[in-house]
Amino acid sequence: MTATLDDRAPVVFAALADRTRWSLLGMIAERGEATATTLALGLPVTRPAVIKHLTVLDEAGLVTRRRVGREVRYRVDPEPLGATGQQLADVAAAWGTRLAALKDLAEQEPA
Amino acid sequence: MTETDSITTDVLIHAPIERVWTLVTSPEHLGRWFADAGAEVDLRPGGALSLTWGDHGTVRGRVEVVEPPRRFAFRWHTAPQVDDDPTPANSTLADFAFAAEGDSTRLVVTESGFDGLATGAQERTALLADHTRGWQLELAELAADATATRA
Repeated sequence: MTATLDDRAPVVFAALADRTRWSLLGMIAERGEATATTLALGLPVTRPAVIKHLTVLDEAGLVTRRRVGREVRYRVDPEPLGATGQQLADVAAAWGTRLAALKDLAEQEPA
Repeated sequence: MTETDSITTDVLIHAPIERVWTLVTSPEHLGRWFADAGAEVDLRPGGALSLTWGDHGTVRGRVEVVEPPRRFAFRWHTAPQVDDDPTPANSTLADFAFAAEGDSTRLVVTESGFDGLATGAQERTALLADHTRGWQLELAELAADATATRA
């Protein structure tokens, strides 16, 4: 049973199918939180381009942003890459099916 | 464990605890109700485990707890065809607790470690970004060298 992505998977994969966006995610993950200005300093990409990439990541749910004074700071949100409530519900449903099969096997076959 | 880290489910089986233990821990049975195309189990802590599905492939894991007839637990990868050792970043823990209730058996299953997968994903992201930046630097140097030698 794999912990699979849900219906947002195509949007998440599209967001990740860009080397610069991978780099951005990695840089934000390393720092914990970062602004577009800081990120642009670490990459051969302009600040407006960084903001466009961050918007794609934000819409895919891969980063969250908050405003602190005049700054907008980004954090990685690992939830699309990990398990969500829906995925846990899928895992629970899979176990329900397995345990029903186990119960049948235990109760119907001769010992 | 937080709310997002694990799920727990249980079943009451009208069969003795020893029978349920055998069905859960022996490879010939595990490969029928859990996987559908076979299983291998080295039934001791640290023992290798594999589960095979016809359409999914083989998922590998490691036995963690063997305390007959009350407790059995194993780690298993979240994807098939992975040969690395199971770690909290690439596997979850399936924990089976058996309790007799009269002639029946209450089996409680807890699968945990989903938060660890998310952390693993963050670390993999940072690692991949590091490698990507490394390549970008090397390619930039290569381009600079190529330009310089042409001059």
